[in-house]
Order: sequence, then C-alpha cells, then structure tokens
Amino acid sequence: MNGLKPRKDLLDIESLSLDEIEYVLENAVPFKQLFQRSVKKVPTLRGKTVLNLFYEPSTRTSSSFEVAANRMSADVTNFTISSSSVVKGESLLDTIETLQAMRSDYIVIRHQAAGVPGIVAKHTRASVLNAGDGYHAHPTQALLDAMTFREVYPDFRGRKVVIVGDLLHSRVARSTSTLFNKLGIEVGVLGPGSLVPEGRHDFMQRFGSWDEVFDWKPDAVYLLRVQMERQEGQFFPSIAEYHKMYGMHSERVQRMRELDCYLMHPGPVNRGVEITDEAMGYEKSLISTQVENGIAVRMAVLHWLKPETQLD
Amino acid sequence: MSDRPDISTEEILSPERIEETISILAHEVASRCEGEEVAFVGIFTRGVTLARRVAAVLEQRGISYPVGTLDISLYRDDFDNHGTALPRLESSDVPFAIDGTRVILFDEVIFTGRTIRAALDGLMDYGRPAKIELAVLVDRGHREIPIQPDYVGLTVETQFDEYVKVRFREDDDKEGVFMVKETGGEK
Repeated sequence: MNGLKPRKDLLDIESLSLDEIEYVLENAVPFKQLFQRSVKKVPTLRGKTVLNLFYEPSTRTSSSFEVAANRMSADVTNFTISSSSVVKGESLLDTIETLQAMRSDYIVIRHQAAGVPGIVAKHTRASVLNAGDGYHAHPTQALLDAMTFREVYPDFRGRKVVIVGDLLHSRVARSTSTLFNKLGIEVGVLGPGSLVPEGRHDFMQRFGSWDEVFDWKPDAVYLLRVQMERQEGQFFPSIAEYHKMYGMHSERVQRMRELDCYLMHPGPVNRGVEITDEAMGYEKSLISTQVENGIAVRMAVLHWLKPETQLD
Repeated sequence: MSDRPDISTEEILSPERIEETISILAHEVASRCEGEEVAFVGIFTRGVTLARRVAAVLEQRGISYPVGTLDISLYRDDFDNHGTALPRLESSDVPFAIDGTRVILFDEVIFTGRTIRAALDGLMDYGRPAKIELAVLVDRGHREIPIQPDYVGLTVETQFDEYVKVRFREDDDKEGVFMVKETGGEK
C-alpha cells in the first residue's frame, strides 16, 4: 500500500524512518480536527486497553496519553509507583509478567532508567509506548514538537531552532533535536558548558550567548525546563545566575519579536528560572499548541502501532 | 485496471453514461428536497467526488448546497482484521452545522452497507441532522446490514466475488464504471 511495515513499539526517534515520521505527523492532523467537533471521541479502539505505567511523577504526559486513549474509546488503567507493588520490592520482570496476564493491548511507560521500555517491549505482546526513560528518549514529545513547528512553518526544511538549557539531562532535547535534524531543520544549542555534552549531537551548532543566538536568526527558541530534581551535582552556580545567562525575559522576548521568532517549551514551566512571567505572555508562544498537539500525536501513534495480540 | 490475464474487466458505464446518471441523480435530489435546508457529505475518496459533481450540476440550475467530506477509517468495524494495514487518514471536513439539516451522504458504490454504517456513526458525532439520506452511483447488492440507499444511479446484479470499480478522472487516470472478476484462469 504505502510501503510501511507495521511496528509494534515506539521506543525512540533514532529507529524511525522518514516515511514512518511523515505517516504519524500527517495522520495527527485529522485527529486534531476531531477536537473541533461536539463529540471529540472516535470508536476506533473500543474494547482495547491502555495501561499507563508511570515510575516517575508526571502530570502532563500521563494525562495527555490518557486523554488520547479516551478519545479513541480505549479503556485506560493508570498504574503509578506510589500505589503499585514496586515499592514492595517487586522486580521489573515480575511486574511485566503481571502486566502480561492483564492482557493490555498498549503499555505507556515512563521510567527513570534508560532502556526499561525496551526491556518491557521485548517481554510483552502489547505495544509499548515510551513516555520518557532516563536521559534516553521521549519520542512522542519530539513528534508533537515537530507537528507544532510544521504547523507554523509548512516550509520547515532549512528553518532554524535553538534549544536552550540543560541538554545533558534532557531526553526531550535528545529526541526533539534528533527528529528536527532528520526532518532537515537546523538545530542550535545554548546552555551552560557543564550541561551541553560534547559529541553527543555533532549536528548541532553551539552558541556561547544569546547575542550569538540572535545573530543566527532562529525561527524558534525551544526552552528546556531546568530539571531541579536531576541536579544531583552542581552544574551551575545558582538559579539567579542561570536565569541571567540563559533565561527568557522581556528584553530577550523583544529580540525574538523583532526576528518573528516562535517560543516553545515542553512544560511544566519553572517561572522565574528559565522564563519570566512576562515572557510567558509572548504572543508567539506555542506552548499551549504543543499541549493540544500532544494529544493528537499520541492518538496517531496509538492508531499506528500494532500489538502482537492484534496480528494473530 | 489490471493486466493480469486471470482478471476480466467489463465496462458497465461509459464516461458519457456517468455524466447522464449524475445528472439524473441531481434532478431527483432537487425535486425531493425542494425548499429544504440540505447539505451533502461525501465519503472519501470517490464519494466526495460524486457529491461535488452532483452539487456542480445543481449549481448550474441555481441551487447551492454545501459539500462536506468524511473519512470513515476511525469508525470501521474491522480495525483488528486490518492486521498490517496502515491507513492514511484524510481530514474530515463538515464546515457547516448539521443540526436540523437534511444531510445526503454520498458514496460511489454500496455493497455490504458496512461503510455506510460507519459513516452514519461518524456523521452523527458532528450533530443531529433532521434527516439523513443516502445517494450512490451504483448499488451492487449483497447487503450484510439493513441499510438501503435513497437515490441510486444504477442497480447491478453481481456475484459476491465480483467487484464494481468506479473510476473518476479527478481521482484516477481514467473514467468509467467497471465490473471486475477473477476468471480463475491461468495464474
């Protein structure tokens, strides 16, 4: 038909072909249009079950997956660490066995350790959707970022995005920059030297200051969240220092305005750290569009993946 | 169609006859819907083309009905059996309020009726029409659910394993309605 092979799991961006990326991003558009109707739900996954398995706190991603599954009429079960037997010492493989017995069709998983979704995927017949694993990947975030960027720039090839912040600890930065690069969007990066790893993203242009960034004339600035919970060591002297060097405030917003540059952020925002209250009100902010597109992209991914249970 | 020797293809409507048939369909719609608020909704792909052509004929007579489009992929009853199929979705676009409107659904061929069942579910998620009717270019029989068209261009007797293919120049590289059958000859 269109030369695409069915895929069971979505674990990262690296393994996706350009055809697969186009397929999901194009199908996400009709899903988004459903949100305009009085009934926002379609019956496609009626009778299917989606298990939301979150070993790390998350409100946005887990509720976005939940809304996406609900709008496709799937039944959703939420499994969170505090209420599950993981705290009682159950091993990952035992948990998988339990999940397998529940016969879920789709498992959405977030885990603090890189590679866990891949292990779960190998041991279960359900489709596994990585909702973020360690510093490794967050593929649906990358897809929703790409959808959002392509909506404002249908001629996205050759456009420029600068990612600002803690690239070392950011699976978002990793997945999103990889996807943007695959789509032919130029990616630059600005952040504290201690948080911008050498060599990992050779295709990205590195900047030393906002002045250099603005001289490069980016089409969008992508602010990363400063991940307070991951700062085991001291990577920058203080929050105030970070804000002064890398944060978004009125003066920098004015420079963006002059360049007609969009603002993106994966959420949740640390107001006063990577962005000020005033900067949050920037008229070319795409932050709430990203949230809306997240639901559409996750519906398109659920529609695309084929659990083994369905191929019998 | 196909150059395979084991498949026979017979033209059952020429481009000229399609034109005539569409004109008759348009006439029938106009006479039965006079004075009412009417909207057309075509089912992707060729139902959309059929709806647009009927609307164009009526436009020439000074009657203007809006045309919406519907992709029923998300409403099918065989998602599981699709197995490896990866359908590309089209954007359904019903840019008018259907509440209280007489909606005429268009599809090029009615066969089992399952597509129309899915379309009815999809359409009703947009609102509550006063009435829904169905117009098809060809009715080839073999219904599996109790759904019947209100406007029919041509009724054809077929075997279950035969296929009626409608080709429109807007969507395909040729125009015509064809009966396609595997003859079971050499493979």
